[in-house]
Amino acid sequence: MEWDWEFSIQILPQLWEGVKVTIQATILGTMIAMTLGLVLAIARRSVNVWISRPVGFFAEFIRGTPLLVQLYFLFYILPDLGLLLSPLTAGVVGLGLHYSTYTAEVYRTGIDAIPSGQWEASKATNLTANQTWIHIIIPQAIPPMIPALANYFVAMFKETPLLAAITVLELMNQARSVANYHYKYVEPMTMVGLFFLAVSVPSVILLRKLEALYAPSDR
Amino acid sequence: MEQWQGYIGLILQGAVVTIEITILGCIVALIAAFIAGLGRISRFWPLRWLATAYIEFFRGTSIFVQLFWAYFVLPLLGVPLSPLQAGVLALGLNVGAYGAEVVRGAIKSIPREQYEACTALNLTRFQEMRYVILPQAFVRMLPTFGNNAIELLKGTAVVSLISLSDMTFQAQVVRAQTGSTAVPFLTILLLYFLFSSTISTAIKRLEWRLSRGLDGTGS
Repeated sequence: MEWDWEFSIQILPQLWEGVKVTIQATILGTMIAMTLGLVLAIARRSVNVWISRPVGFFAEFIRGTPLLVQLYFLFYILPDLGLLLSPLTAGVVGLGLHYSTYTAEVYRTGIDAIPSGQWEASKATNLTANQTWIHIIIPQAIPPMIPALANYFVAMFKETPLLAAITVLELMNQARSVANYHYKYVEPMTMVGLFFLAVSVPSVILLRKLEALYAPSDR
Repeated sequence: MEQWQGYIGLILQGAVVTIEITILGCIVALIAAFIAGLGRISRFWPLRWLATAYIEFFRGTSIFVQLFWAYFVLPLLGVPLSPLQAGVLALGLNVGAYGAEVVRGAIKSIPREQYEACTALNLTRFQEMRYVILPQAFVRMLPTFGNNAIELLKGTAVVSLISLSDMTFQAQVVRAQTGSTAVPFLTILLLYFLFSSTISTAIKRLEWRLSRGLDGTGS
């Protein structure tokens, strides 16, 4: 089997279209995962068991089932309920929802790491619950979480090819359509793999740097 | 009602395939994790280098990309794989790469005195690993291995895209035949959740059993 350079260069523009959608999906998905994760984490800590229990179960359920099936579920069920979502929207929502249960765990451990003295001091200075979260807890809890959150950002980027299953024309789907059209699989599939490696290997190095930068210092 | 029984039977057939792939994949992953994890802490640099290359390669791309590559490209390169073989191999090697880091981390976390004691007792390097380090490190690996096994279970849904008739594939068949999305997909979501809960309970039991009589290795 020979590697066809001419063919690889010829298909680059079409793959690039896919790359754009891949990046778009990653960024939008991350935004959902980061915000929804924080909401889930705070809701899980609620003193009201009617909030914390169902939210906890929901998060466990999402984490215990495959993203692909969740994507199918969103993609096929929502139109039945009268919600017409574009494939990309459904994919981004699925991706964000799935990873929000992971980021929620990151937030949770980060919040648990805040010494109880901080909570007590907030109470002593008569801050409301909202003020405590916004001005005291979250600003201290976020920096040590950055490496772990960045890790999930990279993980989401790598998982975007799953959106191909619900007809989003991201990189993997573009590669498949090129491959099927020309009946040449080696070049497009390998190029997709190389693209992901080319992004994730440097990001691993970057992540290590981040970890060193934000390593929880001894208090 | 009778009709639904047939469809449930179809999904249960898929469930058997899913369990089969999960178990086979876990075996491959466990072997790969130990080989690569021990390789990374080897004294010989070519081994360390090989293990690192394997780990970064499989962690750098998603299971979806690897599976498609194994299924579409490897046959063209002269390695014909059946869908089942491609699925088990891709899933096993992918999760094995994550497991390798767990193996390395657990071995590194064993305190130095243990190694010094082995030297003092004149144990060979093999004896040291086999009788002193690994039995203690293994208990520390278990919780993360459990999570990895659940990731593998979730990854099996992707094999439906290379025409393996696992649970997700059968749910699609049922959806195509009945036009109902909610019933088949909710059923398999519940089944996946049941399987992942089973894995985490089993791991907790095993952890409890193995940690008896080992003190100082955590609960």
